Amino acid sequence: MTTDYRQMWAELGIDLDRHDELLNAIAPIYEEIYLSQKDRPKGMEFFDFVVGNIHGIRVHELRKHAMNGGKVVATYCVFVPDEIVLAADAIPVGLCAGTQFSVPIAEEVLPRNTCALIKSSFGFKLGRTCPYVQTSHLIVGETTCDGKKKMFEILAEYHPIHIMEVPNKKTEAGRNLWRGEVIAFKEAIEKLTGNEIQADRLDQATKLVNDRRRALQRLYNTRKARPVPISGKDAMLVTQVAFYDDVARYVQQVNALCEEVEGRIAAGKGGVPADAPRILITGTPMAIPNWKLHHILETAGAAVVCEESCTGTRYFSDLVPEDGGTVERQLGNIADRYLQIHCACFTPNDERLDDIIRLGREYQVDGVVHNNLQFCHTYANEAVKVERVLAKEGIPLLRIETDYSDEDAGQLRTRVDAFVEMISK
Amino acid sequence: MICAGLDVGSRTIVLVMLDGDILDSAILDTGVNPLRRCQELLAGKGYERLVVTGYSRHLVAPTVGGEVVSEIGAYAVGSRYLYPNCHTVLDIGGQDSKVISLSEKGEVQKFEMNDRCAAGTGKFLEIMANTLEVNIGDLGDLALTASKVVQINSLCTVFAESEVVSLISRGEESSAIALALHEAIATRIVGMVRRIGLKDGIVFAGGAALNKCLRQLLSEKLGVEITVPNDPQIVGALGAALLAKPR
Repeated sequence: MTTDYRQMWAELGIDLDRHDELLNAIAPIYEEIYLSQKDRPKGMEFFDFVVGNIHGIRVHELRKHAMNGGKVVATYCVFVPDEIVLAADAIPVGLCAGTQFSVPIAEEVLPRNTCALIKSSFGFKLGRTCPYVQTSHLIVGETTCDGKKKMFEILAEYHPIHIMEVPNKKTEAGRNLWRGEVIAFKEAIEKLTGNEIQADRLDQATKLVNDRRRALQRLYNTRKARPVPISGKDAMLVTQVAFYDDVARYVQQVNALCEEVEGRIAAGKGGVPADAPRILITGTPMAIPNWKLHHILETAGAAVVCEESCTGTRYFSDLVPEDGGTVERQLGNIADRYLQIHCACFTPNDERLDDIIRLGREYQVDGVVHNNLQFCHTYANEAVKVERVLAKEGIPLLRIETDYSDEDAGQLRTRVDAFVEMISK
Repeated sequence: MICAGLDVGSRTIVLVMLDGDILDSAILDTGVNPLRRCQELLAGKGYERLVVTGYSRHLVAPTVGGEVVSEIGAYAVGSRYLYPNCHTVLDIGGQDSKVISLSEKGEVQKFEMNDRCAAGTGKFLEIMANTLEVNIGDLGDLALTASKVVQINSLCTVFAESEVVSLISRGEESSAIALALHEAIATRIVGMVRRIGLKDGIVFAGGAALNKCLRQLLSEKLGVEITVPNDPQIVGALGAALLAKPR
């Protein structure tokens, strides 16, 4: 399979030797973490296939689009509105930034005590190991953290970048700033593609992206069942794939999976044992192929039933109103919806605390794990408040601070085993 | 019924045999092949049930048999067995330091552990003892002879070592430097205790509990008496052996 795409990768300027190392590293990890699971839904085969061809088929599709004059827009954050990109006949793709593999090369330039997500994303461009970046015509960055903000300045030396300024407060002034940024983004995309965004196209794109949100909402709803019909690892993978797969195909595949998984619920069949303690994970995003914490938790006998994160509920829980009619009105709808994301970059961000408690109840969790990428200061400090509200609710919390490397896997297992023992009683 | 508890730590392996009372215990260095060392240790031992805990539990248990339990669970059970009034357990081992809060019934209610690095662990003290050219067993006693106070600010093993080197080059006495290192660890552990909430009946276990200076500083800083078992290194293995008993 690998050889089929070598020509394409070479044309994209990929460092082939290094890239081989990456693909060779992922295959056995995927085997161990995913394929070794028992009793998986058949609908996961599509997602296995996507990961098995992670830098092949989809990149080929994007490249074909580009060869026909289309544009590819790469993003790193759930604040960037896919609707606008799609309405201009461009294809948005969420870049992964989830592996230790690209960290060492990034550290040749960036400070080591920077969060792994920032280093991983930068390292993929610097090391020329990500065909998605290489295929893209524009990277869209944002100002959700100071580290990313500065990294994008350096990344701009290697790739065209557009930055969206996310406000720090959800005030009227913040909202106006953000609405302006969404309009500026629309103009940047129009300039990139040469296509003026029309109202009907924007409404169609809104509906399409909402369909993706609805499919994910449906999937997450199945995880409220007891026993939970799908493993946390599998459900998270489905979310991760959303960031780069074709939207319409993805919606179809997720809905097919949901159908099967809902059938399991009706039959009382679980993807994990019924007595497995139920875990809500909250905190920093887990970009593909970061499956570390889910794997440790589920190996210890827990079931991850929900993720309150940008690779979880924050990505899809609110829909964009579909009553646009005019470009201006719909851009306002889009801006307002995206500003509702409860990111720790906002102060205050108490809505996130409310969300954690609400999700804890809805998914009947036995414990919460706060996942924090090391050196992510906003989430690390917000965790103090998370700890307080959970204590008040009597929900046990385990705080984890880690990165993408495996060097702390043993220490993490000790914490996780002890936590699972504690909440199993 | 004879039950065995095996604590495969990052620095030592401890075996406790139990039949109503403690029958026997043994402590070995972990070395580079903990699995083989455990097999040697268990060879010829007559026991009916085994529970394995410690850093390498998942490596060892599939081969030697027995269920696994986390160190936190094992230390909780072992401490409660030795001291029925114990509500807080401090365990400073080779790789991790832990503070465990127990319920009235002795169940683990909350726990705190050090960050991912070796900061504030037995390994940290060991590396610093090496830099100061004393045996790990003598480091605490050396610190207690200090006649002046200096400060170590960093708990990162690498940075603290450079601080130690610069203190040495400034001509500071090794006793004062040793005391500063103990102060730094004690402050860190006290921070963990404060986060989790101090409850009466503190038991200090793990290899670092053998260190008199650390015991004294922790007691002073927390303002309470701290109980140290006669053999603080075996508490985890004891807990595992107790968990091996059919309940």
